[in-house]
Amino acid sequence: MALGLDFSFFFQPVATGENTTYFGWVLSGLKLTLEVGLGGWIIALIVGSVLGVMRTIPNKWISGFAAAYVELFRNIPLLVQLFFWYYVAPDFLPESIRQWLFSLNPSNVSLLTGVIGLGLFTAARVCEQVRSGINSLPKGQKNAGLAMGLTLPQTYRFVLLPVAFRVVIPPITSEFVNIFKNSAVISTVNLLELTGQGKQLIDYTAHSYESFIVVTIAYMIINVAVLVLMRFIEAKTRLPGYIGGK
Amino acid sequence: MTLSKIALAMCCVGLMAGAAQAQEAGTLKKIKDTGVIALGNRESSVPFSFYDNQHNVVGYANDVAQAIVAEVKKELKMPNLKVTQTPITSQNRIPLLTNGTIDLECGSTTNNAERQKQAAFSNTFFVIGTRLLTKNDSGVKDFADLKGKNVVTTAGTTSERLLRKMNQDEKMGMNIISAKDHGEAANMLHIGRAVAFMMDDALLAGERAKFKDPKDYSIVGKPQSYEAYGCMLRKDDPAFKKLVDKAVADYQKSGQAQKDYAKWFQQPIKAISGEPNMDFPPSAEMAALWKAPNDNADVQGAAK
Repeated sequence: MALGLDFSFFFQPVATGENTTYFGWVLSGLKLTLEVGLGGWIIALIVGSVLGVMRTIPNKWISGFAAAYVELFRNIPLLVQLFFWYYVAPDFLPESIRQWLFSLNPSNVSLLTGVIGLGLFTAARVCEQVRSGINSLPKGQKNAGLAMGLTLPQTYRFVLLPVAFRVVIPPITSEFVNIFKNSAVISTVNLLELTGQGKQLIDYTAHSYESFIVVTIAYMIINVAVLVLMRFIEAKTRLPGYIGGK
Repeated sequence: MTLSKIALAMCCVGLMAGAAQAQEAGTLKKIKDTGVIALGNRESSVPFSFYDNQHNVVGYANDVAQAIVAEVKKELKMPNLKVTQTPITSQNRIPLLTNGTIDLECGSTTNNAERQKQAAFSNTFFVIGTRLLTKNDSGVKDFADLKGKNVVTTAGTTSERLLRKMNQDEKMGMNIISAKDHGEAANMLHIGRAVAFMMDDALLAGERAKFKDPKDYSIVGKPQSYEAYGCMLRKDDPAFKKLVDKAVADYQKSGQAQKDYAKWFQQPIKAISGEPNMDFPPSAEMAALWKAPNDNADVQGAAK
């Protein structure tokens, strides 16, 4: 190639003697990025949905708690949060649990930190979207549900949430994409996910441009897949008269 | 749409690569034209290159760099040459050098055959052995004791490669943590996330000196390799390389190197709080180097 790019090293065995090629490193990084992203997403969706509902119910203490969570987790940089979970949080554990944690395989500890950190951070953002989804519904829907004799939980379960979740699919999609992009930060707590493997590729091969190109393409493949999946879900769950509905 | 995005990304990268190649007009000419020599330094490679209490770059490697700067000033007759310092890491030092962000990197960079494909190295200014730092009561006496344990090293270093290779070849089942810098790696050891820290012995002495309980830690194990530290400069620049080599050789033959060695390795380091003492006398390899300055990447250890 005119630019002097040379991708052939990806198919050579790695210099450390492990039974893999440099491309194998990219694949293992991709696998970890998917694990962290999906694991974090599950936490984010569950915690975020619960918090989002809590923010809209007529109880000052409960909605206040959810609001405080959002302010705390949304206003601290993700990197700082990950450092907190990785370095500071273990110090608050009882000595015996801490010893056990430190004796585990360190990459599993990094993975756990990453999934929890990313999940709780994204939950704050999902919460706000679920809240705005619920608030975007006409007030009459809730009142009608209650007037029909449904309890408040039943109103949420059968009237509000089925519509609200459909309405918030587009912003939720961006959060889903973001979680994979944000997962790159976990490489700073020593997890060899895609970005971490990219850095390692550069260390070992000094092919910085080629390594970053391949890593970039891997991220794009993940995110295009997420977009396609979410468009599909959106199309399947579309409601006439609401966003995207016909 | 996706394809065109990829093409665009590739073009951007290509442009950057082109810009990097356009720099090859000779470092001395670049320094003369810009009036600036850009040095790369490390933030926590005590006592080679690190920050003192006033956040100035200090250390043994920085003394070497300053000797080279003095030689450049003399050669170009530019006594007021401006010197800039850019912090670099193990991971970005070669890209920053090749793209022209820095002209010379004196830190704790090993001169080896693989790196010589990307960069050139000055005369060796230090020789180390790769060993282990561990707590006295950890039971670790040599590398064989690391089986099944958590071991930390610094990402992108020769130690990382040696450690991974050893783990693979000898089926040791170690869990290897690759920390982003020496300071973080030492912290991993100190808080108990790893039982040992594999690194260049001089750096280990530096990290140990920073601990509040340095006497509880020892440097153990048979060196897995001997390595030559050199200042890194751009490849294919014989004029600059010659000047740098001469500066380092003069520095060593004049006795200044020995004086600076004693200042950083055998006395309390006044530049940082706690005034740590490395307690690290010069090895036989260092004595040999001072007698005969050279830029050999392959150091034959006296112990071998």
